[in-house]
Amino acid sequence: MKKARKTALALVTGAASIALVMSGCSPSGGGGSDQGPVSQDDIDKAMETPTKLTFWTWVPDIENEVKLFEEKYPAIDVKVENVGQGLPHYQKLRSAIEAGEGAPDVAQIEYQYIPSFVLPESLLDLTPYGADDLADDYVDWAWNQVSPADEVWAIPQDVGPMGNLYREDILAAAGITEPPATYDEYATAAKAVKDATGSYISNLGATQAGQMIGFFWQAGVKPFGYDGEETVKIDVNSDEAKQVADYWTQLIQADLISTDVDFNDTWYQGLANGKYAGWLTAAWGPIFLQGTAENTSGLWRAAPLPQWTDGEEVSGNWGGSSDAVLASTKNPIAAYELAKFINNDEESAMKLATEQFLFPPQVSVLEDPAFVDQQSEFYGGQEVNKLFADISTTVDTDFEWLPFMDYVYSSYEETMGTVIADKGDISAALDTWQDQLVKYAKDQGFTVE
Amino acid sequence: MSTSPALTAERPSVPPPKRRTSTAKRKQYRAAYLFLLPFFIVFITMLVVPLVYSGYLSLFESKLIGGEVFNGLGNYVRALTDPAFLGGLGRVGLFFIVQVPIMLGLALFFALALDSFRARGSKAIRLLIYMPYAVPAVVATLMWGYLYGPDFGPLAQMSRALGFGTPEFLSAENMLGSMMNIVTWEFVGYNMIIMYAALRSIPAELYEAAEIDGAGQFRLAWSVKIPAIRPAILLTVIFSVIGSFQLFAEPSLLNTIAPDVITNSYTPNYYAYNLAFINQELNYAAAVAFLLGLVIAVISYLVQLGTQRRERRERSMP
Repeated sequence: MKKARKTALALVTGAASIALVMSGCSPSGGGGSDQGPVSQDDIDKAMETPTKLTFWTWVPDIENEVKLFEEKYPAIDVKVENVGQGLPHYQKLRSAIEAGEGAPDVAQIEYQYIPSFVLPESLLDLTPYGADDLADDYVDWAWNQVSPADEVWAIPQDVGPMGNLYREDILAAAGITEPPATYDEYATAAKAVKDATGSYISNLGATQAGQMIGFFWQAGVKPFGYDGEETVKIDVNSDEAKQVADYWTQLIQADLISTDVDFNDTWYQGLANGKYAGWLTAAWGPIFLQGTAENTSGLWRAAPLPQWTDGEEVSGNWGGSSDAVLASTKNPIAAYELAKFINNDEESAMKLATEQFLFPPQVSVLEDPAFVDQQSEFYGGQEVNKLFADISTTVDTDFEWLPFMDYVYSSYEETMGTVIADKGDISAALDTWQDQLVKYAKDQGFTVE
Repeated sequence: MSTSPALTAERPSVPPPKRRTSTAKRKQYRAAYLFLLPFFIVFITMLVVPLVYSGYLSLFESKLIGGEVFNGLGNYVRALTDPAFLGGLGRVGLFFIVQVPIMLGLALFFALALDSFRARGSKAIRLLIYMPYAVPAVVATLMWGYLYGPDFGPLAQMSRALGFGTPEFLSAENMLGSMMNIVTWEFVGYNMIIMYAALRSIPAELYEAAEIDGAGQFRLAWSVKIPAIRPAILLTVIFSVIGSFQLFAEPSLLNTIAPDVITNSYTPNYYAYNLAFINQELNYAAAVAFLLGLVIAVISYLVQLGTQRRERRERSMP
């Protein structure tokens, strides 16, 4: 019987695949750093050979930039796939890597997740392909994100240096004409705004680890460290971190800052109807806000973050991502050229900044008048891009991540998130968070510094 | 079951197939197997193989540093002392004890009401009650999430307009109740249809006999209808055991609205998911899932045992 044989076959192959999985046979992609530099001849040859590449990204309409690449290299055919944004994207990526097939050649990865893919040697070290030479094309701190040591794990795509977006009209109603320059002024302003208008000067998303870590970054806190091997540094409850936490605890407990969960309907409405008079956010925030609170066009202004010390100019980063090449790719040269082209070619990088509104880490774009001199109607004609381009140079250059940020964020929700929502003591929650992270790291076999 | 003695009594009357089966019979058998084959293929590849594989996985421990090592029953021991897992289990246990009686009570009430009135419009009413079940759980949860919203949800707005303040449906204290409401809304109609179908198959003679004995509608429902559809009710209870202990879609979606309330271990199933995909503890997740399956099997068995014992007791009564 044909069918019976087919079943038998299916069962056997099924059993065989289990056996394969059970024996732990997964093609391990070596970092490839032992390999010498790739010559220009190899590159030319690879770029003229008909090749199919798969590119996983959630950037909308990135096909336009890919098209530029395909026009330059007609032999290369790129398939762009969107498998979900953020966590779902990484889950699918890890599953495909684990399964040993189905992984893309190039994938978008946010900076904080790079170490978690470096650890299992899932990414290709791009130095043999000449990625070192690109360092000067990007702002220092963004480059440090993709190249913490001698290797280069990805090409920076966009960043999120943080600033302060605020409603000029609401602050004016409270008698505040200048954006608060220091955190002390910010606290005073928060009280004035609440008393005069009933609005909160801003919202601190209860479970938004990214924003809080951005504040830490600005305050010079170094909560995480990873040597690329087996040693991690976890220090989320340092004295500096607690100072930041205490500041917010005071404002929250005085009911001067709301702690609504962000990026949901309630929060969108709050931005649109003046419940929040401002938002301490990243460089991708201005465009995002413009789409969320259209009816308040012209009322918003942008400013740098308040400072801890008067006269200082320091900021942190929240968000941003890069394009990495997977170690499992069969076409490393073409894959690298794609990652490089998208984020390094002048026309492509400019498109990313002006059409997809990704805030650029590329120095060429940050200095290009076509980008910097744009005036934004939503912000009363302000040159918002210029402001954030200036802020971008004030971000502390060194900031590291742990190789298990999924857990770090979910643990933040459990420990910090619930306490912030309950208007509790955030400093104490930092201790709980620290304990959870250390325990997890030890359970996973890391040496904790 | 009340029908089983009759069945066993009949069985010997069927002659055992002693003669060699004819070619025609063999062909029939072959056809029968062929028809069964797709089921078994799916059953084995989609259920048995993954089950065996995850059982195998649950015996190991894999670390980000150091890889996979055999761990015996270590993961199970860990789960049994894991407050997160036990807490989740307690939560769904509470959910089961409170929500299931309400849901099945409502379903039974509607089924009996529809059955006794059989009036015009009953079809439309039946459809209306059943309709929420046609809405996927994901959509239902998103919809209720909006209705529960504290600022712009219609329930909160109505409550404020009436001067009752803002109800906090999504707070830590009320979340489980809000979830019970969603699940009840979703599944009353489904359970009602099962019970209603069982009610329609009760022979009319029983009703006539009861009427001759002078039974009213309530007496009829209590002494004739409900006992007659007990197997169907048992079925809905078992489904509900499985459903409530596997609660997943509701917590995982409400987590986006209230991440500060829905913890990673809010329900055991959601915990297993987070263990596997967030914490990257695949092996431990497999152990948790296995234990959860065991708990469901035991409780389902207990429920069944309870009703059987009760039936026996009632039958032995004079």
